[in-house]
Amino acid sequence: MRKASFKGGIHPHGYKELTSGKAAVPAHVPDRVYIPLSQHIGAPCSALVLAGDKVKKGQKIGEGKGFVTAPIHASVSGTVAGIELKEHPGGSFVPCVVIENDGKDEWAETVKPNKAPAGLDSQELRKIIFEAGIVGMGGATFPSHVKYSPVEGKKAEVVILNGIECEPYLTSDHRLMVEKPERIVAGLRYIMRSVCCGRGIIAVEDNKMDAVSLLEKAVAGEGGITVQVLKEKYPQGSEKQLIYACTGKQVPVGGLPLDVGVIVNNVGTAVAVAEAVEYGIPLIERYVTLSGSGISEPANYLVRIGTLFKDLIDQSGGYAGEIEKIIAGGLMMGKTVFSDEVPVVKGSSGIVIIRDEAKRKFKEVNCVRCAKCVDACPIFLEPTTLVKLAKLRAWDEAEQLNVTSCIECGSCVYGCPAHIPLVQYIRRVKQAVLAAKAKDKK
Amino acid sequence: MSSQENLLVVSSSPHLHSRDDITVAMRDVLIALAPALLVAVYFFRLPAVIVIVSCVAGAYLAELACLRIMKKERIPGEYSAVVTGLLLAFCLPPTLPAWMAALGSIFAVVIAKHLFGGLGCNIFNPALIGRAFLLASFPVAMTTWVTPIDGLTTASPLGMLKEATGRQLPSIADLFLGNVSGSLGETSALALLIGGLYLLYRGHIDWRIPGSYLGTVFVLTSIIAAVKGLGPDYPLFHMFAGGLFLGAFFMATDWVTSPITKTGRIIFGVGAGILVVLIRLKGAYPEGVCYSILLMNVVTPLIDRYTKARVFGGVKSHA
Repeated sequence: MRKASFKGGIHPHGYKELTSGKAAVPAHVPDRVYIPLSQHIGAPCSALVLAGDKVKKGQKIGEGKGFVTAPIHASVSGTVAGIELKEHPGGSFVPCVVIENDGKDEWAETVKPNKAPAGLDSQELRKIIFEAGIVGMGGATFPSHVKYSPVEGKKAEVVILNGIECEPYLTSDHRLMVEKPERIVAGLRYIMRSVCCGRGIIAVEDNKMDAVSLLEKAVAGEGGITVQVLKEKYPQGSEKQLIYACTGKQVPVGGLPLDVGVIVNNVGTAVAVAEAVEYGIPLIERYVTLSGSGISEPANYLVRIGTLFKDLIDQSGGYAGEIEKIIAGGLMMGKTVFSDEVPVVKGSSGIVIIRDEAKRKFKEVNCVRCAKCVDACPIFLEPTTLVKLAKLRAWDEAEQLNVTSCIECGSCVYGCPAHIPLVQYIRRVKQAVLAAKAKDKK
Repeated sequence: MSSQENLLVVSSSPHLHSRDDITVAMRDVLIALAPALLVAVYFFRLPAVIVIVSCVAGAYLAELACLRIMKKERIPGEYSAVVTGLLLAFCLPPTLPAWMAALGSIFAVVIAKHLFGGLGCNIFNPALIGRAFLLASFPVAMTTWVTPIDGLTTASPLGMLKEATGRQLPSIADLFLGNVSGSLGETSALALLIGGLYLLYRGHIDWRIPGSYLGTVFVLTSIIAAVKGLGPDYPLFHMFAGGLFLGAFFMATDWVTSPITKTGRIIFGVGAGILVVLIRLKGAYPEGVCYSILLMNVVTPLIDRYTKARVFGGVKSHA
């Protein structure tokens, strides 16, 4: 059978063999954690604690206003040392609650198992998920309770769990699927119930067949849930491309997955949901891959939120040689950070460290119209045309060519023989187009 | 590592790049041209070597001169001028005087490439412009053909077909292997096919242009053969004679001068295929590959404009 996929895309080397066979080990819990008050899309949280307060593991320490937000919880027990500005993996400086770890790992009283998780209805489930601070753990960090809330006139027909992990180097989702397949399936059940939908798909790329067979075992006898194997290709894990591969439907421009009756979640999110619903445990730890050419011992870790990258790097034997970049996330879409004193957040699927290799530095030259970017674009844009418009500052023309549909996957840049940083130009155009739109609204 | 002299690089994603850049692509084109080069030297001997060396040297020196005069930086290891020179040599008669060959490649690089803005900016395929210039300037020297190995003056296979002199046409096998008269690098369809398949395998060209180009010529000549009762060899003769394979795999697929949309590439190939057949059968020249591609180069921007893909999840975008 021909495996389903999407059109366009690229086949970068995965480098996954560095960590795919390495079970996630609990990372050393540091003496101090730095927990950012904004780890999600939506309203940032205000701290609920002050310097000197005693906190326990799982205690809520930050809360935001409005509906689109997610509370923040202490990942260790100890004493609040203060609120400090710290670089966030997203690139900006964000206030962080600094907690001195007392090493006791005492759970907060609020963390208690649910006696009858099977009896909870959709609204109760969404409340638990909100209170647990669960957000999309694939990197987008959109608050899950918002995603699961019903929208007038739209019905979720299928929940797709994203176990694709198409980013080179990253294997944290892979390890999660191998190590906790039952928890993923349990979480998917709760998500399906919270959105009142009877069909679930767990989508996995064909480079993780070990995970596929374990998941298939776990879903055996679970009506309505199937495991779907998709072809290895980047960006297969992009929401719209994933939905297309699984259902054949295209999410309309400017629309959401729910417009085609789909809700997509990361496999990590499903595990977090299961933990919250059954044991009352909020989102305070996650799987993180630490890999790349610049780290001595690539590994997978189970990491408390707020652990600094530096702490993990030390556990992995430190840097291997001179370092060029530290990337929060994957090579294709991750963001470079400017120091290693950056905390792991809810959306940190991996840290990739790249060794400094002078021979890899290239200069941008003229576009030679090879159209590799056009062929690779999974959204069917013409990246090179958009870049030419960007250089002319022709924002309107770029908007007409759907520049705002760009998902910034980087497939165009990967193959560009002229070393043009197309995504960088396109980001600039998008910024200008959105700014012009915002101005028009006023 | 947080010391001042060793700061981390902060840059826009992605942070991974394929190893294939312009330098690698040009190297691959040279590799792909190697089989045809060997065949050319085998069949046409020293005269072919002289033409090839003149063209490549002319193009390369013209490139260096242009970059210097125009104060442009040279991309290290960038061979596109060598490719231009070699491609031009491939579509010249082996007996062409060296100075004409060199002049043609200088014209190609200076006029067709650098005066249009240099790498990536030219509208026409430079090698084909060089050939068109030579054909217009030296029509006799450019249409003097010799037999392989012996080097005796003869007509080209397509010329024989056109003039219908009753002379024995070369066999399809000889055409396929290249044991016929013609431009020095175009005679062996087999060698060019090997090179073309290598470029396809390496992902530097898309099957759509050679596929639709060759397919159109094959279908049209098959129809003509069926209507006129010319037999099954007629379409094959058109496929393997002349510069069709050279044009289809190495000229029409030129990145800079062919459409960037997938539909556009098919239109480009079909259009060039129709033009070849028209020129060969109805035009003054026996061969039409060069002009068919140059004419399609002209309409490439137009094709790109009207064949934009529909955005994922959207309605047809504005043309």
